[in-house]
Amino acid sequence: MTQRINRRQFNQAAAGLAAAAAFAPFGIVRAQAAKLKVGVLLPRSGVQGFIGQSCQKGADLAPGVIKEMLGVDIELMNADTESNVDTARTRAERLIQEGAHVLVGPFDSGAAVAIAQVAEQRGVPFVINIAAAPPITKQGYKFVFRNFQTAIDIVRNGLDLIGDLFRASNVAPRTAVFMHVNDTFGQAMAKGIGAILPGRTQLPFKLVDTISYDPAAKDLTVEISKARASNPDFLLLVCRLNDAILLRREMVKQRWNPMGIISPGSPGMYEEQYFKTLGKLSEYSISNVPWYNPKAELTAVVEKAFLKQNPKDKLVFHALNVGFTFEAILIAADAFKRARSTEPKTLAEAIRQTNIAKKMMLGAPIKFSAEGQVEGIGSACVQNLGGIPTVVLPQGAATAKPVFPAPYYKKA
Amino acid sequence: MPWDLVLNVAIAGILTGLVYGLMALGLSVIFGVVRVVNFAHGEMMTIAMYAAVVLFAAFRLDPFLAVLPVAVAFFAFGYLLQAGLINPFITRPEHSQFMLLVAVAIVLVNGLLLAFGPDARNVLVDYQLESYAVGRILFDKARVFAAAMAVATSAALFAFFRFTRTGKAIRACADNYLGAKVVGLNVKRYYALTFGLGSACVAVAGCMMILLVDVTPSLGPAYTLLAFVIVIVGGLGSMGGALLGGVLIGLSEALAGVFIEPSAKSMFSFALLILVLLFRPQGLLGRKVS
Repeated sequence: MTQRINRRQFNQAAAGLAAAAAFAPFGIVRAQAAKLKVGVLLPRSGVQGFIGQSCQKGADLAPGVIKEMLGVDIELMNADTESNVDTARTRAERLIQEGAHVLVGPFDSGAAVAIAQVAEQRGVPFVINIAAAPPITKQGYKFVFRNFQTAIDIVRNGLDLIGDLFRASNVAPRTAVFMHVNDTFGQAMAKGIGAILPGRTQLPFKLVDTISYDPAAKDLTVEISKARASNPDFLLLVCRLNDAILLRREMVKQRWNPMGIISPGSPGMYEEQYFKTLGKLSEYSISNVPWYNPKAELTAVVEKAFLKQNPKDKLVFHALNVGFTFEAILIAADAFKRARSTEPKTLAEAIRQTNIAKKMMLGAPIKFSAEGQVEGIGSACVQNLGGIPTVVLPQGAATAKPVFPAPYYKKA
Repeated sequence: MPWDLVLNVAIAGILTGLVYGLMALGLSVIFGVVRVVNFAHGEMMTIAMYAAVVLFAAFRLDPFLAVLPVAVAFFAFGYLLQAGLINPFITRPEHSQFMLLVAVAIVLVNGLLLAFGPDARNVLVDYQLESYAVGRILFDKARVFAAAMAVATSAALFAFFRFTRTGKAIRACADNYLGAKVVGLNVKRYYALTFGLGSACVAVAGCMMILLVDVTPSLGPAYTLLAFVIVIVGGLGSMGGALLGGVLIGLSEALAGVFIEPSAKSMFSFALLILVLLFRPQGLLGRKVS
């Protein structure tokens, strides 16, 4: 005997299905999200722990500032990548599983590559705060966005600022030794310098040696010995925080006093821990890095929020880390406000259409290229003077004059 | 390649190697007598480094002066560890000893993480950034002092085992367990004593190492591995071998950094290990097992 469904039963079933679809919890969250869940991936422990914690301060103040600016509610989901690429990948997966609508981070290029793969596979937008390796935005990813200079841009801007520094100081060093940390970031920077420096014929110096070193090394005696033996006028350095401290100490032990230490764009020498650990030895180190605009309106707002959360700290010691981390979350919130949805593709498309002129960091408005890269981010020549990282170039943003060569310079 | 560069680097390598050797000496002493491989050796040295940091921070106590209280504390710790925890495992299969001490190592590392966090700590004494200059050759003061302490401690340990009654008794236990028991030696007590001495060695090495490198909890496993490389190169159970192994490893890392690539210098200590295992598996000064 066959059972037949009558019209009443069919209509009831169809109505039931429609009601289930409309009231399905997942559907409600996706369509009517009141809050943007931002997964923040940063190296809060391990070799990059200090810098990751610095970036975290930018994340922590973002919800309050962005609520006032845009009226958007943000929930942070913080995860520690432990300065480890595999951990970064695992944490990203977990954040997505726990409902993060967008990922932000991770400071390190190696971790950024790993998280980008996860974000692309899972179709969740990922806004990179700080990571310079060029290939990250050359993979054709649809869900990966970067508001930071690539290593090529950092090097280009950094080398140009070195030329400006020499002109402003009326000094023309002839030789430099290039030392770089041997990780994804350091190698990307080294490649960039190798490609760009030969074309910068207006720069008066040539590289007499290139020395790479392990970022986790506890002892850099050999490296500094080699660098000193090549008798360069100054040290061109791509480093991280802990190794920058080790290098500076070793330079003192080995009585090596070049004209100066100049970074064409790497972290370390402008970090608070560098000043705290080295004291007077931290003076005169120069970092040509993306930096905040001290005269921007948003900088003042962020600084106020920063001081409220960190009354014993100074924003200037976290300028790059806090600024770019804050801007990454701002980008996500701005896109969420325009998209009015946390649906990943919609959110990603909204991020792609970003156009933020009212920003904190030096350079052009935040607009993404087809590859998901913001172009036109500026750099400043930041020198450690009086225990504070001080903008000495470009002149328009400078608050002091550069000191080069350093007073400790002794010609060999 | 300038000769002064090679010489400066070689000297630094030898001086650091002496401190490595002292660290490995403790491991070699423990294995040579007790026949237990201390897989928590590097972690113990890390604790000694933190002890020196704490004493410096609290009392401005120079690590050289901290050696005495830290070594005494570690002697007691090693004695109690052997008597209380490790002794029952001496007659058990080797994998049980391995797992026990690996577990101890993990507990120690995580304890340090809880107590001190992941950030690097150091001491900064007045002479730490100074150096002696002899022409174009520089001797890092802290490294010279640390190496001198390592040599002095090793010499004291050699003298103890060679010239004292207790030292001779410990050697008897190591040479012939049954014979030692037959003549009435309290072997368990001497084992505990030996573990205490090995731990005290590690404590001295740790107090010296903090003058050369910053300490983090994750340093422990790396130093355990380094200690093993050194004792295997030098000869497990050979005290002279541990020192020689330490110097060779320090020197090979330094010279590899100069002649080949600084970022790959640690690769060469493992290359040396492979060569020794291939051509002299008992180690450079170890006794061949018949």
